Amino acid sequence: MSTEAEVLAPRVNYLNVAYGVKSWLLTKDHKRIAILYLLTVTLFFFVGGIFAAGVRLELLTPKGDLLQSDTYNRFFTMHGIVMVFFFLIPSIPAVLGNFLIPIMVGAKDLAFPRINLLSWYIYVLGGLFTILAIVLGGVDTGWTFYAPLSTNYANGNVLLAGIGVFITGFSSILTGLNFIVTVHTMRAPGMTWFRLPLFVWSHYATSLVMILGTPVIAITVLLMALERIAHVGIFDPALGGDPVLFQHLFWFYSHPAVYIMILPAMGVISELIANMARKNIFGYKFVAFSSIAIAVFGFLVWGHHLFTSTQSIYAGMVFSILSYAVAIPSAIKVFNWTATLYRGSISYDTPMLYAFGFIGFFIIGGMTGLFLAALGLDIHMHDTYFVVAHFHYIMVGGAVMGYLGGMHFWWPKITGRMYPEGWARFGALVVFVGFNLTFFPQFLLGYMGMPRRYHAYPDHFQVLNVMSTAGASVLGVGYLIPMIYLIWSLKYGPKAPANPWGAVGLEWTTPSPPPTENFPETPVVTWDAYEFRPIEEAEVIGALGPGDEPDISGRH
Amino acid sequence: MQIPVPFSPDQASTFASDTDNLYAFLWTLTIIFGLGLVIAIFFFAVKYRRRSPNEVGHPVAGAIGLELTWTIIPFLIFMGIFAWGTELYFKIYRTPSAAKEVYVVGKQWMWKIQHTEGQREIDELHVPVGTRIKLIMTTEDVIHSFYIPAFRMKLDVVPGRYSTVWFEPTQVGKYELFCAEYCGTSHSGMIGSVYVMEPAEYQAWLAGGTGEGSPAQQGEKLFQQLACNSCHLANGQGRGPRLQGVFGSTVELGDGSKIVANEDYVRESILNPRAKVVAGFQPIMPTFQGLVSEEQVLQLVAYVRSLTQEGQAGGTTPSGSTSTSPGGNPTPPNNQSKPNAGQAPARQRP
Amino acid sequence: MADSHVTTHYGLAHHFDNMEQQKEAGSLGMWTFLITEIMFFGGMFLAYILYRGKYGNDFAIASSHLDWKLGGINTMVLIVSSLTMAMAVYFSQKGNKKWLLTCIALTMMFGATFLVIKGFEYHDKYVTHHIPLRDFWSWTEPNGEALPGDSGHVQMFYWLYFAMTGVHALHMVVGLGIMSVIFWMAMRDRFTPTYHSPVEISGLYWHFVDIVWIFLFPLLYLLGAHLTHH
Repeated sequence: MSTEAEVLAPRVNYLNVAYGVKSWLLTKDHKRIAILYLLTVTLFFFVGGIFAAGVRLELLTPKGDLLQSDTYNRFFTMHGIVMVFFFLIPSIPAVLGNFLIPIMVGAKDLAFPRINLLSWYIYVLGGLFTILAIVLGGVDTGWTFYAPLSTNYANGNVLLAGIGVFITGFSSILTGLNFIVTVHTMRAPGMTWFRLPLFVWSHYATSLVMILGTPVIAITVLLMALERIAHVGIFDPALGGDPVLFQHLFWFYSHPAVYIMILPAMGVISELIANMARKNIFGYKFVAFSSIAIAVFGFLVWGHHLFTSTQSIYAGMVFSILSYAVAIPSAIKVFNWTATLYRGSISYDTPMLYAFGFIGFFIIGGMTGLFLAALGLDIHMHDTYFVVAHFHYIMVGGAVMGYLGGMHFWWPKITGRMYPEGWARFGALVVFVGFNLTFFPQFLLGYMGMPRRYHAYPDHFQVLNVMSTAGASVLGVGYLIPMIYLIWSLKYGPKAPANPWGAVGLEWTTPSPPPTENFPETPVVTWDAYEFRPIEEAEVIGALGPGDEPDISGRH
Repeated sequence: MQIPVPFSPDQASTFASDTDNLYAFLWTLTIIFGLGLVIAIFFFAVKYRRRSPNEVGHPVAGAIGLELTWTIIPFLIFMGIFAWGTELYFKIYRTPSAAKEVYVVGKQWMWKIQHTEGQREIDELHVPVGTRIKLIMTTEDVIHSFYIPAFRMKLDVVPGRYSTVWFEPTQVGKYELFCAEYCGTSHSGMIGSVYVMEPAEYQAWLAGGTGEGSPAQQGEKLFQQLACNSCHLANGQGRGPRLQGVFGSTVELGDGSKIVANEDYVRESILNPRAKVVAGFQPIMPTFQGLVSEEQVLQLVAYVRSLTQEGQAGGTTPSGSTSTSPGGNPTPPNNQSKPNAGQAPARQRP
Repeated sequence: MADSHVTTHYGLAHHFDNMEQQKEAGSLGMWTFLITEIMFFGGMFLAYILYRGKYGNDFAIASSHLDWKLGGINTMVLIVSSLTMAMAVYFSQKGNKKWLLTCIALTMMFGATFLVIKGFEYHDKYVTHHIPLRDFWSWTEPNGEALPGDSGHVQMFYWLYFAMTGVHALHMVVGLGIMSVIFWMAMRDRFTPTYHSPVEISGLYWHFVDIVWIFLFPLLYLLGAHLTHH
């Protein structure tokens, strides 16, 4: 119920307004819930990272000598489940989105604060089931849970992990629901749809995917679990069922889920580029609507995971052409980000470095998606390391870079402290180098024919695998560096001013860290997003000459 | 046209160079596109670097012409890639009717292969060079995927249905065979070798095979052992339909619908006889689920096929068999107009 | 509207500017949730449609062993409960506490009736071993004689039947819980003609659960009602 609408003293902020475990675990403040998410999500990132380390170490040698094959299978399965469902999907939306969306639209909180807290508890409950599954010996189905392996053959704790995924899905649904309602009904006076920061647009698109897709994975996992318990044959051909139906249902969610991971990162990058270049974003409406287009088209392309699954070749054609369609809005974003730099005032601070890194990775990740969407080529590449490299470029290169970039950009706002810039730039560089060294060799491995999920492999794949493992160790260090200095900055970092970047956006008009109610009084918005200078001064480049921007338009 | 692509497996089938060309084209596109953007970003980042702490950028209004340019040009390029990829896909996944057949059964964690001449092998596949090979595959347990990188060929093997795919080896040698779909504990152990041999060498290899007889002959033995012949009489007077000439023909079912009798239909009729009962017969046949292995089912299917091929010149020619194959891979039953037996050996070789 | 806290209504949560915004948020939230629910049921409907297309005869045979009369009664019960729910919303708008309480009580009573009838149906399936569980399922007459239809496909039908009606019944139970809260709030005079959005929003949920049943009933019960047996 409504608490007293106290008038806050200037120095009181959401962090020091109350102390004690209870004030955190029962909070309804979206900012505190974001911190709760931050802690748990980071924990799962390290759990998933440990499994990744095990996988890479095993692959140093062609023989399966470090781990038993069953153990190895559990490692990559748990790596996938933990990273996808417990890190990537909640990372940006539940941490940065939760913290920023109400502030960015000029509201005091999300529309349903209690549901917001409930979503965190649901997430934790799902996480506990998954941890239990790990402690009891793990799961060996792959994160994809393909039937009939998962329903009839796998010997791991499939049910526990399935329950974990099922439960945590509802956390995602509730977060998406909260965002949608907040964006619709809680915008401050004057905050029209086209004045919203692009971060909000991309989260709105993400939320659409969350509420429409997540229930399907919930029911799919439920069907899988029931099939495993009762064995009545919905995915079992011996009883008249169809194992490929599982794949259709699974990817109906799990492909759009990729957009749950990348769309928020795209929103972060739009903020970083515009604010670190101190310039209005080029083609605001194109960037905004491309998010919606990605969310909508994203639901129609799941079948591109089934090109070799004996689905009809004509269905394959439809899914292929739609996959190319979904690539276009992604390309539009990249072009607009690049064009935004034109005549900006570009800073090289850490958030911008992550943004540059993101664009680089996203170009490679996106372009290699075109390889896989090409039907005939996918026959050779499907289920090889090429696919592994491709989706890590998107999910780790894209989503995690966006997450880290955003984390640096808003760290002063969240904690009220500045991080050490020199270390941060160094860390960004290490991540960039380590990432490329880890995953680029995997493209080559894939084309050479190395299938994924192999515990042992023929000798001639070794050199590239060693490179990849070496890169992974660099990448691991790259992730530890920010972890260390960010924690360090909590105590020793210089106090952050309200707007350390000279950025625009409502979150920079409120103190760092913000008070519980976000704003002393509801702001009234009279300016456009990213308006660093009045638009009357704008230069129009629509009628550009051929030599004006050769590097963008003159491509191909 | 053969462009050497670094970090690619041997080019040992007719699909290989086509696949590699598309791959090389896409990397070229990636490099041009990526390099262009990186240069643009680098150029802007240097030219428009922040020179004083309070500097702000110069507002630039969007440009609809530019937006349309970088929407339409990628779209056209993407459609080109789509067409190229689709053409290749059709080439690989549309099995030509005249091809030498090989039966493949996946099982945790091995590939069991049987040739029409009767030879069996495990985790090895011997094929003659320059001959079209058609694989008819199924699995006894989970989903596997039959993958030969040097042939740029892969297809999932799904329980409960037959997956068919083809290839034509172009180069003698030994190549890797992988299972590409994760199938449990020893997934990475489900690998083997493909030996592409000169035709004469291949004939010699065949001659050294076991005396078990062809799959069709073994199927005939099973047909008697399982007492199928007590109902499916050759004179058509039995309690079950006469099977001579059935394979590849259009069968009318009890509910009036029609179906082409292909491999999947025969398989279903053995394992789940009541699913599609032929018009005029009672659903009295017991299921053989659990009594016969996938390999034996394949042999029975081969026998039923042989009844058509020796008996008549073609029955009804199925036209659109796509609709009956659950996976949609058209498996044109190659009963009709087999031009020469050398290309695709006859089933009943003595 | 920035100074709306001057006239704060007791039902206004701290983070909303005014009652209208809160009401709008609440009802949009429920609509969004219901879209999610449609997708949730959608997965099962998809499986049903696919396998019914494949095994239509066996599904019809299986369906003929459900009691369409009981299902029909339940359909009527739910339709009436939707009516009483709509009346409850009406009376909450009018501020008529007595009739509001009556209508909510009636709605809950009909909801409970539905569950009781459903319970009898489930019990009947339990007695005849028509619950597709390992070591329990048996598609035979009490004397051991095989029933018509492919046992595997029939089993699949019953499995979908239990999954779909089970999830639906679970929603019904949740609905009863929500209605209890609404009843309690109404008892304590929480609703006024200006503040009754909880009743409306819960009503949306209740209608949704009813509508799902309207789809389930023909798909599951009437599919094979033309077949006679016993």
